[in-house]
Amino acid sequence: MRLSLLFFLLLPLLSACGAPPWNSPYPTAEEGKNITYASFAERPKHLDPAQSYSSNEITFTGQIYEPPLQYHYLKRPYTLIPLAAAELPRPLFLDAQGKPLAANAAPEKIAFSVYEIHIKPGMRYQPHPAFARDAQGKFLYHHLAPTDLDRINKLADFRQVGTRELVAADYVHQIKRLAHPKLNSPIFGLMSEYIVGLKEYTKTLARAQKCLAPGSQLDLERYPLAGAEVVDRHTYRVKLKGKYPQFLYWLAMPFFAPVPPEADLFYGQPGMAEKNLTLDWYPVGTGPYMLTENDPNRKMVLERNPNFHGETYPAEGEPGDMAAGLLKDAGKPLPFIDKAVFSLEKESIPYWNKFLQGYYDASGISSDSFDQAVRVATQGEADVTDMMKEKGIRLQTTVTATNYYYGFNMLDPVVGGYSEQARKLRQAISLVIDYEEFISIFANGRGIPAQGPLPPGIFGAHEGAAGINPYVYDWADGKPKRKSLEQAKKLLAEAGYPDGRDEKTGKPLLLYLDLTASGPDDKARLDWVRKQFQKIDLQLVVRNTDYNRFQDKIRKGNAQIFHWGWNADYPDPENFLFLLYGPNARVGKEGENSANYENPEFDRLFERMKNMDNGPERQKIIDEAVAIARRDAPWIWGFHPKQYGLFHAWYQNVKPNLMANNGLKYARVDSAMRARLRREWNPPVLWPLGLFGLALVAALLPAIVVYRRKERQAAI
Amino acid sequence: MINYIIRRILYALPILIGVNLLTFALFFVVNTPDNMARIHLGMKHVTPDAIAKWKHERGYDKPLMWNGAAQGGKQATDTIFFEKSVGMFVFDFGRSDEGREIARDIKTRMWPSLAIALPVFVIGLAVNITFAMLMAFFRATYIDFSGVVLCVAMMSVSGLFYIIGGQYLVSKLLHLTPISGFDSGVNAFKFIILPVLIGVVGGIGSGARWYRTIFLEEATRDYVRTARAKGLSELSVLFGHVLKNAMIPILTGAVVVIPLLFMGSLISESFFGIPGLGSYTIDAINAQDFAIVRAMVFLGSVLYIVGLILTDISYTLVDPRIRLE
Repeated sequence: MRLSLLFFLLLPLLSACGAPPWNSPYPTAEEGKNITYASFAERPKHLDPAQSYSSNEITFTGQIYEPPLQYHYLKRPYTLIPLAAAELPRPLFLDAQGKPLAANAAPEKIAFSVYEIHIKPGMRYQPHPAFARDAQGKFLYHHLAPTDLDRINKLADFRQVGTRELVAADYVHQIKRLAHPKLNSPIFGLMSEYIVGLKEYTKTLARAQKCLAPGSQLDLERYPLAGAEVVDRHTYRVKLKGKYPQFLYWLAMPFFAPVPPEADLFYGQPGMAEKNLTLDWYPVGTGPYMLTENDPNRKMVLERNPNFHGETYPAEGEPGDMAAGLLKDAGKPLPFIDKAVFSLEKESIPYWNKFLQGYYDASGISSDSFDQAVRVATQGEADVTDMMKEKGIRLQTTVTATNYYYGFNMLDPVVGGYSEQARKLRQAISLVIDYEEFISIFANGRGIPAQGPLPPGIFGAHEGAAGINPYVYDWADGKPKRKSLEQAKKLLAEAGYPDGRDEKTGKPLLLYLDLTASGPDDKARLDWVRKQFQKIDLQLVVRNTDYNRFQDKIRKGNAQIFHWGWNADYPDPENFLFLLYGPNARVGKEGENSANYENPEFDRLFERMKNMDNGPERQKIIDEAVAIARRDAPWIWGFHPKQYGLFHAWYQNVKPNLMANNGLKYARVDSAMRARLRREWNPPVLWPLGLFGLALVAALLPAIVVYRRKERQAAI
Repeated sequence: MINYIIRRILYALPILIGVNLLTFALFFVVNTPDNMARIHLGMKHVTPDAIAKWKHERGYDKPLMWNGAAQGGKQATDTIFFEKSVGMFVFDFGRSDEGREIARDIKTRMWPSLAIALPVFVIGLAVNITFAMLMAFFRATYIDFSGVVLCVAMMSVSGLFYIIGGQYLVSKLLHLTPISGFDSGVNAFKFIILPVLIGVVGGIGSGARWYRTIFLEEATRDYVRTARAKGLSELSVLFGHVLKNAMIPILTGAVVVIPLLFMGSLISESFFGIPGLGSYTIDAINAQDFAIVRAMVFLGSVLYIVGLILTDISYTLVDPRIRLE
């Protein structure tokens, strides 16, 4: 009894003497190591670079794979720089006869663009069994019998690993994989419009696939692709139809990262897929990190790639980066962190509490914890609360390249169409949806009202008075001011609905909003939307539906007003304005233009703008196109969310970068500070347990006394 | 008894076919194969060709239940329902629509579920019975009265409250265990303590009150009065006689859930980050992965039927008067 009491008394002391806190979710051996801890809420579906597209997938693939280009970590606006490529490729333009054209040739004259990409020599893949060879130089694991896999359950069970130099053929191999009939790459449809021969290539592969013997694999090397060819060991060439300057942005995504054919041969063997030994599960890259543990139901671990070719921290950035300490590691070799542990955390409460206890290095902020974390000053500036400051937690915010908006179905007989009346009806509705209030109530101030389709920071978007939507805002006192309700009522009357009633029939105008809303917070949001419409006496019927039905309605054009969003693929106005491009309409064309907006003048301007290089001429065309869209108002432009991130004091070199997906290599962790603070913040508290035990004994004691007395009485 | 078990297994077949049919109908009333393809292929740049290819590769381009274009028996067999259902009766769950082996997923994920559910079940049973016996033992005293009030209060509290409250108290305020997470082998112990504790505490209210009722009912029977008249101590009466005779209703509730322990708990696993089977089905429903949904519903039905058979068998073990024929 005395010993156990002594043990309990000493335990907190032991904890204070260097052992990790009791509530630490990490192994003792990791204490004080150069590791970063993060979480993921949803398991990644794909890690194959031909398939992975979602942000939760690119969190991993971005650190493992190295496409030719990347975004500069610190510079804004977002700037492309070489990653695996030796320099930024410049396109060679050809006419229909294959003759070279000048760099400033008119887009309509350009039949083909040829990108010749030189990759840096000497880059090597991570250690991987697909490269392991025996003494004779033959691959060790490329001809496995089914019995060889009996004791293999994960990649680490292969004892031998190897590596080899990255070559240009690996990039060409991956471009061919985009057309592989079994991979269903999400960008195949888009890329087949541009890469010469890609559309036909998938048919060739499909035919070849049918002729394959059971158990054998499709060898892509046997099937050349006209639009992607190897020039020499470190150079490859991609040939595109027409001019497509946005292709450079795609070259910064894992879709265009190298995949060694050995990996396909290794993973394609019979019995591998049954054990989840696939490229989709265990990527093979040249990047700073390699995936060493993949248990997406629990945790995923990235570790430093010992064969990483080396890269240094950027030496230049934006003004202010130096003062923010973001350049103090300039020129130092990357990556700084040895290991990154990502734990599955589905619920926000445990996630948030673990962040506060120091078990996650960074965190987003859910609505529940917003007031605890952030204080908004009277001037509207957000800062962390005193409690966060005491812990050394700092806040970083950035406006995302995302649009959340209400769209009007332009095919709808009431709100759609291009007549002046329909236009005024949409403008009136756009005017009454008070997004300033919405952001304040439902997003804790995390967002800015959109003035058009382009978020700030994207080429073509204007700041200040020049950037406001004149149909909804006036510029007053140095800021945009929403026009009055009287203005909206006037527009509504001019649209033929005075006081919200059809002037011909006298019936109230009934509008329908389609969306998918299932959460407990959605009811308040929908009530708010209804009230906005009521401001001008419009009645709104909310048709809440499940996701599938909603998608069907949008696809078939059966919705009237709908809620939608868009997250940019790359920082180019084309990636936003194409959402309003007529030939890209959802109905009949299966495009991304969910409003089915089709204005010939807008379409003409878009076609001119999309292939232009950034410059005054492009800016002018964008301004014209945006002005047309604002006047037609196919969307209630909605808002651009602001991303709020909290970072512990020990997590350094953090600058939000919405485009770069390979930011882990720049981050640095002060693990000694983290270990010390974790111990300070989490000392075990044992006295309530003793108190509980005493209370239990005290409650039972009288009963036991009574029982014993009773038993003794019975004995007499 | 063997004949009885065989008969029960044969009875189970139409039940399983019915469950399978119902799952299939419910799933495809809400989701079409096109919807499934869109969800799996992602939200951007999904072309009709890609959808057609996805469906073809997974066999979702066939008619749902009746293939009018086929001949003879193929009218019924060359359908999504037949092709996706027949393998399950030999426990071949096939692959998920994402391409992963379902049997392998189940094997991997059932152990963490069991690591929580089994201790909660065993410790919970022991604690509930002990607490119920205590209340029965001190019946009509302040302990019994306070115990019943406590049980009713604990029953009235939502399970989610126990989880969030437990995490707040034990992990956040007292810093005694991790809030959430899991590890393999012995390292899993520190992660299991809190969910097991919460699971046990959360079950005391309903469990102990139910067992108390059973014990009190038994305690008024003639054989108990006879035992007391013989001069047996109250403890001997309760543990030696009442408990044994109360086993039938206890087993009815307890044995049937034993096979289902594999299936885990959705909320508990989600909050504690346990990589078990609890969220497997819900994740699959959200991802519109029919292959996993049908496999898990089928497995749940099988385990429930197994639980009922085991309950029947357990009756014969605790009550020699019962014979299964």
